[in-house]
Amino acid sequence: MSAVSTEFGIAAPAIRAGYWSGVRRRLARDRVSIVCAAILLAIVLAAIFAPYLGLADPYLGSMIRRLKPIGTPGYPLGTDELGRDMLSRLIYGGRLSLLIGLTPVALAFVIGGMLGILAGYVGGLVNQCIMRTADIFYAFPSVLLAIAISGALGAGIVNSLLSLTIVFIPPILRIAESVTTSVRTLDFVDAARSSGASAFTIIRVHILGNVLGPIFVYATSLISVCMILGAGLSFLGLGTKPPEPEWGLMLNTLRTAIYINPGVAALPGAMIFIVSIAFNLLSDGLRSALDVRG
Amino acid sequence: MFAAEFLEPAEDVGGPAQPLLEARRLTKHFIRGSRLFAGKRAVVRAVDDVSFSIVKGEVLSVVGESGCGKSTLARLLIGLIEPNRGEIIFDGELVREALTLRVLRRRVQMVFQDSYASLNPRITIEETIAFGPKVNGAGNATACKIARDLLAKVGLEPNDFAGRYPHELSGGQRQRVNIARALALAPRLVILDEAVSALDKSVEAQVLNLLADLREQLGLTYLFISHDLDVVSFFSDRVMVMYLGEIVEIGTAYALFQETRHPYTQALLAAMPSSDPERRTAKPPITGDPPSPIAPPSGCRFHPRCAYAEAVCSVKAPQLGPIAAGHAVACHMAQAGSGHSRAGQPLQRQSLNA
Repeated sequence: MSAVSTEFGIAAPAIRAGYWSGVRRRLARDRVSIVCAAILLAIVLAAIFAPYLGLADPYLGSMIRRLKPIGTPGYPLGTDELGRDMLSRLIYGGRLSLLIGLTPVALAFVIGGMLGILAGYVGGLVNQCIMRTADIFYAFPSVLLAIAISGALGAGIVNSLLSLTIVFIPPILRIAESVTTSVRTLDFVDAARSSGASAFTIIRVHILGNVLGPIFVYATSLISVCMILGAGLSFLGLGTKPPEPEWGLMLNTLRTAIYINPGVAALPGAMIFIVSIAFNLLSDGLRSALDVRG
Repeated sequence: MFAAEFLEPAEDVGGPAQPLLEARRLTKHFIRGSRLFAGKRAVVRAVDDVSFSIVKGEVLSVVGESGCGKSTLARLLIGLIEPNRGEIIFDGELVREALTLRVLRRRVQMVFQDSYASLNPRITIEETIAFGPKVNGAGNATACKIARDLLAKVGLEPNDFAGRYPHELSGGQRQRVNIARALALAPRLVILDEAVSALDKSVEAQVLNLLADLREQLGLTYLFISHDLDVVSFFSDRVMVMYLGEIVEIGTAYALFQETRHPYTQALLAAMPSSDPERRTAKPPITGDPPSPIAPPSGCRFHPRCAYAEAVCSVKAPQLGPIAAGHAVACHMAQAGSGHSRAGQPLQRQSLNA
């Protein structure tokens, strides 16, 4: 080594942890994220293990105990317009509602993310083709688009999942494209190109790590929108069919009872609200935890 | 020195007399404006018909104002952008013909100006340096060994720094990492694009010393792009002055600084800050911004800002011609019989002193 003097900075910690353990550590310090994660985990676990919780049959109604208020003995959250146990229906309803909230966003994240990164990295004509196609979908309000696609495909859960996926691809695509475009012009991508790496390797090593975070955070914020849109489809009779328990559908069928028993009628809405806000806050916490400089 | 056989510097093909790199009539035009509506198109002549060569083992500096095409030239030479016209010959082999871009990129590496943007913030500096060897076929262990060896070479203790992220380093340390990354493929030519310009003066001196040491140890050739003439005069063997995408003067550092023949070079030299009270600059040696490279002036591109401009300057473009051994100038005043009243006369020292 030559006599070059160096400007050694502050000594780094002796043992360096990886990037993801740092993310986990920062996330663990964030109380709001912890609480939100716990609530979501509880709802998801309850929905999955619903048959083992000793709940009443969510399909079994009774004409003599319709619309009992919250706190009725034996029915802690009351009963719905057909006398079915609300607690049981809310927990079972989480199965379909979470499926409707998560599946389209997950699919749109994969498809939109891949297309967006491709458009952003390749640029030029490929970018124009992909982005202008996405713009066509932007011309329609998302609710109308979901209804139109769902209506064209016919009612049913699979079709409504499909229509919601199509609705969420363009916004995720756009975010992925803009983040990738901004990362792509940075010098470290040029440096990687000048070391002779293939486009695929550059995307894998240098692009993905820098763009997945923002795309993921944006996608998680769409989960709540997706649940509400899915509820809207069920409300219009395009998604889930009665007597299937699903929060959006329950909100629809209970709306006539809003003057008789507003507390019970509001419960499905409250569930959608709690899950939405928990996902939003969690994605917010995730955003700051993913930042190395946080 | 290197852990792997295949990362040894490439064999010398053409012998010492063959220039390491030769650019022949290199031209890059960028088209600005809409592709659809032809009326709004404008052609930016970033690099216009530039020919020069880099001798093995030398430091060739490129100086000029912002926007004169220095960085575009660097990107052309490293193969990041494709020239519209012209050819690059690396050690006697025509690039894109006899020498593929993939091989060229292992022989020519670049250190970028922005030390932060040129490091991936998400991966450790060891991974950054090891990336080049890995994509060129080195195993994980070999690539990491190369990275750690190079960290030591650029003066960063490997055990301390290998696992750090770019944001945990100072500007000087980051630029050392960038140098290590450029050296990871055992290149023969390193392009330093304003590599020290953004650093503090004291750190800049340290990094320059490091670069000089590395050049000696590894037998490197540098293309040193800078706008700081003090650094250029200290660091380079030859200097090339660019103005609006063209070479206006090229020669040994001594010839260029002591026997300046182009008024633009003279203006650049006069603009150098000096600590000598006898050489105090009282008026600006050159005024205004350089004209737009979209619509360069007719004739000599420098004539609207030149103190010696005459009628011939706005009509006829001067060609880059030799005036002495290793010194070429593109100016009517340097060429006898060009029609300029001062043709053939040496340039007078511009009096800017108070």
